Amino acid sequence: MSKPKPKIKKEAVLMPKQDPKVRIHNFNEVAHGYTEEQAVAEAERCLQCAKAPCIDGCPVEVDISEFIQLIRERKFDEAINKVKEKNSLPAICGRVCPQEAQCQASCTMGKVGDPISIGRLERFVSDWERQRGYEARQRAASSGKRVAIVGAGPAGLTAAADLAKLGHEVVVFEALHKPGGVLIYGIPEFRLPKKIVESEAEYIEKLGVEIKVNAMIGKLYTIEELLEQFDAVFIGTGAGLPRFMRIPGENLCGIYSANEFLIRVNLMKAYSFPRADTPVFVGEKVAVIGGGNTAMDSTRCALRLGAKEVKIVYRRSREEMPTRAEEVENAEEEGIILEFLTNPTRFLGNERGWVKAMECIRMRLGEPDASGRRRPIPIEGSEFTTDVDTVIMAIGRTPNPIIQQTTEGLEVTKWGTIVVDENGKTSIEGVYAGGDIVTGQATVISAMGAGKKAAKAIHQYLMKKHTK
Amino acid sequence: MYKIVAKRELVPNINLFEFSAKEVAAKTKPGQFVILRIDEDGERIPLTIAEANVREGTITVVCHEVGKSTKQLGNLKQGDCISDLLGPLGKPAEIREFGTVLCVGGGVMAAPLRFQVKAFHEAGNKLIGVVGARTEKDLIFEDEMREVCDDLYVATDNGTKGYEGLDFLKKLLKERKIDRAVVMGPVVTMKTVSELTRPHGIPTIVNLIPIMVDGMGMCGACRVTVGGKTMFACVDGPDFDGHQVDFEELMTRLKMFTPQEKLAFVFHEEGGRSL
Repeated sequence: MSKPKPKIKKEAVLMPKQDPKVRIHNFNEVAHGYTEEQAVAEAERCLQCAKAPCIDGCPVEVDISEFIQLIRERKFDEAINKVKEKNSLPAICGRVCPQEAQCQASCTMGKVGDPISIGRLERFVSDWERQRGYEARQRAASSGKRVAIVGAGPAGLTAAADLAKLGHEVVVFEALHKPGGVLIYGIPEFRLPKKIVESEAEYIEKLGVEIKVNAMIGKLYTIEELLEQFDAVFIGTGAGLPRFMRIPGENLCGIYSANEFLIRVNLMKAYSFPRADTPVFVGEKVAVIGGGNTAMDSTRCALRLGAKEVKIVYRRSREEMPTRAEEVENAEEEGIILEFLTNPTRFLGNERGWVKAMECIRMRLGEPDASGRRRPIPIEGSEFTTDVDTVIMAIGRTPNPIIQQTTEGLEVTKWGTIVVDENGKTSIEGVYAGGDIVTGQATVISAMGAGKKAAKAIHQYLMKKHTK
Repeated sequence: MYKIVAKRELVPNINLFEFSAKEVAAKTKPGQFVILRIDEDGERIPLTIAEANVREGTITVVCHEVGKSTKQLGNLKQGDCISDLLGPLGKPAEIREFGTVLCVGGGVMAAPLRFQVKAFHEAGNKLIGVVGARTEKDLIFEDEMREVCDDLYVATDNGTKGYEGLDFLKKLLKERKIDRAVVMGPVVTMKTVSELTRPHGIPTIVNLIPIMVDGMGMCGACRVTVGGKTMFACVDGPDFDGHQVDFEELMTRLKMFTPQEKLAFVFHEEGGRSL
């Protein structure tokens, strides 16, 4: 490893982005990504710490200092291979991981200046590879074992890739018509282009994985039936059910769950309606309820679909927002209004059954709650009414219940999540689970970490079973 | 890809399709539905299953051409393929021995109703069937229903065949002992029949297909109010207690995208994208 150079820039190399005035009128990707020169310049800033605290911050333990060193040496092909040893979806992680809370949080450079832009570099090497076309990778000798993966989201695809690399025959069952899970139905085109998700899925197919879409496990086959055909099963069905507030007027026309709104826009491409068949309605004054990434994605889609005023209505304050920092910054640049310490209490409709206004109450912050964040408390008598014609409820998602309802003997918590041990093993032999279906709604990368861990455990289980 | 192995025009603008879908057919029970997507730009279309043939590996749906997508489906021929078919979705209908079951099928839904009627018959029930449509020319599945019902009544909105409207049910409900009613059809039909059976205390099941996108509980577009509670028709239904459903809300929500649906229809009629 080379020694740190004497003069190191404190500021990170900025990533070029589309001008906010332009990008609010299109669904093209906001950030353009580094050029080779920019990537090398940013990589030069890395101190190559012996301990590499960044790696501890990565849920899938990518060898960060090594791949950055390879970028420095302009060995981009080796750099991407180094990333892919641990991460099968780097083009996605580079774009959607909350790096500031993970790898970059512990970066030594962060103590004296900007941390190294690890996410941008990861994105750079994966884009570099994709532009050149993937190499067909060598597969391990066949183990003769078959694994079924339920759900082609981040957890399932990661587990599938890892198991295929180890020589197992893997079939992924996906209920929607495209693989990717939240990456394809939830995260918008301008943040994560769908062609990237598609090519990452293609890469996983090149590893020998079969992806079967339109296959809803629990309806088409039960877990028990899968166990008749496969040696092990991994459940990665995620948290896909929308939460509503259960307040008056919530079923008025013009009120969507964020899931419905984003599925229409992303998976069904409603932004190109009527060329694509699925419509979406966006009015002039849009309120998005919630403060997470989904809320932020919804506001920015609404803006691009022609809304005049788009507002986030969040019951806590800026500090409690569970959002990727770069996306709040992007949203504010685009003119999204953030209204903190406010919560809707009811929706008012017009004579045609459409939402026309929303009554809200102001909140204040009390003592920290179970999430560690200060609990919002309504301020009595502070109710006020504001005009809206579109409302998007982005207050969270709950676990998909179908597998739990149709699988006897599968231990489930009172929240509907599946109970697993530290290796992702469920209460049924040969059945593993990971991602949001176990933790409740979390991040793409934590789901990938769980998929990885379960893949390792499944491999050990299969090999032990093999030698018996 | 899912192949159309048979297509038959029942009346103008209403077609019966048999799709090759072996795995779906093996699991289908009466009352469930599928979601189809014709091509890459297609929307997800929910259609109630009208028959499942396990041996042939096919499922049957009947589709009324009402908008852009259903017209596009109607233009497909035997041997053509669609890109996606997901199912079986929703909970199966509750089929057991109730005694005498009144089964009312309006419009295109007479076809999936017949699937249930057969199952009710096999479970030992006596069946009073009603098939209804706007006019005589729109009636489907009259003969098929007659085959499996003990008594069959026909009703049309304008009286061109059988009874005019559903008022005749008032007398029938007074005279016959009916243990359960099942209604599949336009919302207004389900509402009318539910109101007629309410005073008699006859448990009445309606089959709801509101606007939906994924059909597996994710979008919440299909939320309906039943007994004051919000339910998702795709996973909590599609069958609900007709005496508890807020039909007014359902009708309002079904119109949410009417302007867009008209726009899509005109856009494609004018050749926006080849059908």
